Amino acid sequence: MALLELNNVTKHFEVRQGVLQKLQRQPVSLIKAVQSVNLTLGENEVLGIAGESGCGKSTTCLMIAGMLQPSAGEIHFSGKRVDQLLASEQAWYRRQVQMIFQDPYESLNPRFRVLETVAEGPRALKLWPEKEILERSVDMLSSVGLPPAKYAERYPHELSGGERQRVGIASALVMEPRMVVADEPLSMLDVSIRAGILDLLKDLASKRHFSCVYVSHDLSILGHIADRLMIMYLGQAVEMGPTWEVIRNPQHPYTRALINAVPVPDPRVIRPVPTIRGEVSRPINPPPGCRFSPRCPHATTVCQQAFLQLQPDENKPHQTACVRLEELSQTNQLAEASP
Amino acid sequence: MTGERLLQVQDLTVRYQTQMGEIHAVSGVTFFVNKNEVFGIAGESGCGKSTLIRALMRLLPDNAKMSAQSIEYEGEELTRLSEAKFREKILWARMSLVPQSAMNSLNPVYRVGDQVVEAIRAPKNVTKSEAREPVTQLFDIVGLQPDLMKNFPHEFSGGMRQRAMIAMSLALDPGLVVMDEPTTGLDVLVQERILRRIREIRSQISSSIILITHDIAVIAEMSDRIAVMYGGQIMEQAPANDLFDTPCHPYTLGLKNAFPSIRNLQQKLISIPGSPPTLLGAPSSCPFLERCPFCVQQCSQRNPENITIQPLHEVRCVRHGEAPLLREKASEKETWRSLN
Repeated sequence: MALLELNNVTKHFEVRQGVLQKLQRQPVSLIKAVQSVNLTLGENEVLGIAGESGCGKSTTCLMIAGMLQPSAGEIHFSGKRVDQLLASEQAWYRRQVQMIFQDPYESLNPRFRVLETVAEGPRALKLWPEKEILERSVDMLSSVGLPPAKYAERYPHELSGGERQRVGIASALVMEPRMVVADEPLSMLDVSIRAGILDLLKDLASKRHFSCVYVSHDLSILGHIADRLMIMYLGQAVEMGPTWEVIRNPQHPYTRALINAVPVPDPRVIRPVPTIRGEVSRPINPPPGCRFSPRCPHATTVCQQAFLQLQPDENKPHQTACVRLEELSQTNQLAEASP
Repeated sequence: MTGERLLQVQDLTVRYQTQMGEIHAVSGVTFFVNKNEVFGIAGESGCGKSTLIRALMRLLPDNAKMSAQSIEYEGEELTRLSEAKFREKILWARMSLVPQSAMNSLNPVYRVGDQVVEAIRAPKNVTKSEAREPVTQLFDIVGLQPDLMKNFPHEFSGGMRQRAMIAMSLALDPGLVVMDEPTTGLDVLVQERILRRIREIRSQISSSIILITHDIAVIAEMSDRIAVMYGGQIMEQAPANDLFDTPCHPYTLGLKNAFPSIRNLQQKLISIPGSPPTLLGAPSSCPFLERCPFCVQQCSQRNPENITIQPLHEVRCVRHGEAPLLREKASEKETWRSLN
């Protein structure tokens, strides 16, 4: 059975109204941040969620981590419904699922020494006796590559960005979670140290047996860490499949455009020109159909009405939410114009 | 590449006076930019790339001291110009800047079109209506609908604001546009559109571009020649193809190893151990020394000189002669691990 399961998970936010709008009794507009997302995550699996800003990837993350209640749908973790946990189960869940945050400069308490930061979580949940907490924290520091003798007593301002992110990883993993939710953990770091943090995460995931939801806008990085990928656009999941498959053989017109737009570190490569038009709109009262349809070069009236929902299926791992896909691939219309 | 010189910078040094001592943010930087060329400067945070262009545009803070043997622009020696003269004659009119996080640089209470009109009117004595015509053209060049001129910055998306800033930098038809991280923080599809637009602009007008970014992929795709900066110095510079085919400096090799490519998912990413130097005091050894797997005794004794190994390809490394060997060794993960 899957460790994590999302069924039809939806999150809508109400747009705050001004006095005038309230007096006029105008209907409340909804930002449909995440719309009917289904996904599963197996044990020891790394799932990458990719998309541009506003696609709902961080909202999905927060719902998985239990920090945000879904408006509709169910989230199951290890057989339990996350959105209906009893107060006594909350602490259990907070230990099972840990987050690694984007900004290592903002997410550490500047007045806490490194060791205190790492020991804070186990102390708050009273996981072990104090002596054991300290021992485990010290061990954790050395396994994220920060020798305790040198780093345990330092304050965050004495650390570089990469070292801070390592502290963030240590304080998540010291809880011995079964799942880690990482929201863009590399985007604030320099290129030369990103690979080190990526390796560390991969290495620890296989040694300590946790699953990982890794959210990023950077497909080159996701390609190097994720086992499976889910691509989102304006709150809808548009494509899901094994990473290799999705990047090598993208199906959805949006995924194709997205992958073609990623710059390649080779001056001789010339990428095809994306054929999509316009800009990302905001998901305020969007049409019922495919939200990518206004920008899609292949969209017809069918697309504005119908939206295919991705359904996790072991026999069909690579899925695409495009109603015209079959038609388009038969007539070979999906090929991009060459530059 | 026409090969005609536009800008020639000789031995530029910038020092910041701080409580801790003197920080040599840029030391001994020498480079040139040809007409109608894109010159890319790649480097990570703290390498001095932003300080370098701020020095060039004379936008340094008060605690900075700048010195240069010569900065020659279109045949004119800029070091001899006073601050006032530089602002009047050079800045914006002949050399313009698209600042870092340019999308937050627009004034929120003025219409975007009016801000670009002001950029034209400030140095030239033209009326508002006369200035409107070129602004319409500029909007067209950067791919914005002319009717958007009436809009306020908050009505623009990040990408549109960025394009408006690029339009403003082109307002006075300068010979050189300096772009500091022009697409950092933007989504890939927006970035794609802006980079494509910059390339088109370059073929339409005859401006040269200095492009500064930490993103090796962006710089590879956009530049004719590339300089790699580290610890306030240019470690290696070469035509783009040469730099990617036959990199010579260990830092360039390390950067190439660390940068993921979507076209090569099997590539093993290797990070460079350690962190950048603090740059306190004048450089007395190679700044990359502590992180370099190939350092020898000589590296700690003096700062390596800039050596031209073939036309246009310069490198600052004492082991430049062994480049093929270093390239081979640098591709192995063990080489970089041994330092830890």
